[in-house]
Amino acid sequence: MAINTAANTLAKSQYSNYSNKVAITRATSEPVLVRRLLISVVIVFLGAFLILPLVAVFTEALRHGFATYFAAISDANALAAMKLTLIAALIAVPLNVVFGVSAAWAIAKFEFKSKSILITLIDLPFAVSPVIAGLIYILIFGMQGWFGSYLFDHDIKIIFAVPGIVLATIFVTFPFVARELIPLMQAQGKEEEEAGLVLGASGWQILWRITFPNIKWGLLYGVILTNARAMGEFGAVSAVSGHIIGMTNTMPLHIEILYADHQLAAAFAVASLLALLAIVTLIVKTFVEWRVAQNAIHNESI
Amino acid sequence: MQTFKYLKKTLLISALFLPLTGLAADVSLLNVSYDPTRELYVDYNKAFASYWKNKTGDNVTIKQSHGGSGKQARSIIDGLDADVATLGLGYDVDQLYEKGKLIPKDWQKRLALNSSPYTSTIVLLIRKGNPKKIKDWDDLTKTGVSVITPNPKTSGGARWNYLAAWAYAQKQGGNEAKTQEFIRKLFKNVPVLDTGARGSTTTFAERGIGDVLIAWENEAFLAQKEFPGKYEIVIPSLSILAEPPVTVVDKYAKKHNTEAVAKAYLGYLYAEEGQEIAARNFYRPTLASIAKKYESQFPKVNLVKIDDDFGGWQVAQKKHFSDGGTFDQIYQK
Repeated sequence: MAINTAANTLAKSQYSNYSNKVAITRATSEPVLVRRLLISVVIVFLGAFLILPLVAVFTEALRHGFATYFAAISDANALAAMKLTLIAALIAVPLNVVFGVSAAWAIAKFEFKSKSILITLIDLPFAVSPVIAGLIYILIFGMQGWFGSYLFDHDIKIIFAVPGIVLATIFVTFPFVARELIPLMQAQGKEEEEAGLVLGASGWQILWRITFPNIKWGLLYGVILTNARAMGEFGAVSAVSGHIIGMTNTMPLHIEILYADHQLAAAFAVASLLALLAIVTLIVKTFVEWRVAQNAIHNESI
Repeated sequence: MQTFKYLKKTLLISALFLPLTGLAADVSLLNVSYDPTRELYVDYNKAFASYWKNKTGDNVTIKQSHGGSGKQARSIIDGLDADVATLGLGYDVDQLYEKGKLIPKDWQKRLALNSSPYTSTIVLLIRKGNPKKIKDWDDLTKTGVSVITPNPKTSGGARWNYLAAWAYAQKQGGNEAKTQEFIRKLFKNVPVLDTGARGSTTTFAERGIGDVLIAWENEAFLAQKEFPGKYEIVIPSLSILAEPPVTVVDKYAKKHNTEAVAKAYLGYLYAEEGQEIAARNFYRPTLASIAKKYESQFPKVNLVKIDDDFGGWQVAQKKHFSDGGTFDQIYQK
């Protein structure tokens, strides 16, 4: 305690010296011109790279009025694309949650030899181009690939069908949940779990009552990112889709087809749905980030 | 609750017996095609479905997949289980035999006219008023003219484009070296090589890049229809007869038990209604009566043929588009 007070006094005296020096020009204030210039650079940049494209998507989508807009998004092929996108996300996201939590749990709470190899493996989908990821599945499950003739003989369709699209989506979204949770769980340490264990809690009780409540906001954040990527993925899905209209086109692929068909308004109408998803994602993400920060402050005060 | 369960059971059982009671069967076909045929097959599929319904009582739904011809062939070989393949050129269909053994070697002899129910040719699409004064192939090699054509490595249409230009240069009395120099100059004027014909049309018509688009005749007509008054078609003094062939993909059709309907689907392309739909979508009909009816739509063009002037697709592919072929050579200089 005594040392602490001494250090505080020292810091205070240093601070007053410092603040005397800088009192003449406030540290946070540049000349007005520089401030305004910097701010306008940021605004122009944001406007040109974020707001403008977003506005363009919606104006193009509504160019021919609401009737065309709703016709485009209620078209049978568009609905099929939305359904497929949802199916892919609904399968990929929960699987990634299970995988991400287990991997993060293993890496953050245990020490083992091949830990760095596991971390590298989790990062692999970030390093591999999505198109290559799609081609890997063609090499494995394609007719000329390893299991091609077996699958053909047994009437099992993987690529150029829904399972292939789901697989490709899972591959590209693999790291999101784990990457989000690993630093969080490492920072939290394992004391609380150990305390639970000592007090006689079972494995499940530790998981549900200690680990999950601690990571829930981080996990939600990971889920949001995974979902956004799952719905927006183009390259990997394009490679394994086969582009059968009304069957194996996800929303991004459907947009590409509409664009190539000279149906600009319809292409932008469907694109606007993805843009809306992005906006909703951003809002939810901001909210979750705010909750995470609140939680951290709350934990600090304890 | 009990009644509901009972009802469900009855429905289920009756559903099982439906096919046996002589009601219409539902058949599904997958047509894997090249880029510019989307509109053609949207129309044709409707016509064939009602024809088949009248003839057999069965409901047939046809699914479509479109992309660059070479890429589509690759997908079929990799397991995209098309019942019929309607691709941009014979070489790509040959690959279905060569690489996948999905069809017999003599597939092209199975249907009339080299299995090509409709034909097309290669024309030049220019901007209204012809500001760059483009009249023939040699104008495409001039400095300051920007030319749009897809990549011959991935696109069937691009290969027809390339060979048409090659045939023109050769007919100018040029020897092999001079011909290649002509093509090299032409491709020096190409700022973007898209992967498929439709991609090039979009680059030219929607993004406004380039002074001239080398295109399928049907694609050029379609661009004129979609953007009225903005583009003109120039018929070069010499072009190539493009024969986009069709085939049943035997291995997959057999598996799906759709051989008969797949065969009928391709056969009906040669019938009057099929030919009329092709003509309406700017493909040149091969049936004399329909060809006469649409005579005014398709200008007379001086055409070379792939078999007569290039020794067939296998030879042309090897010489021009395989690794180290003439197309690779013009980019190495």
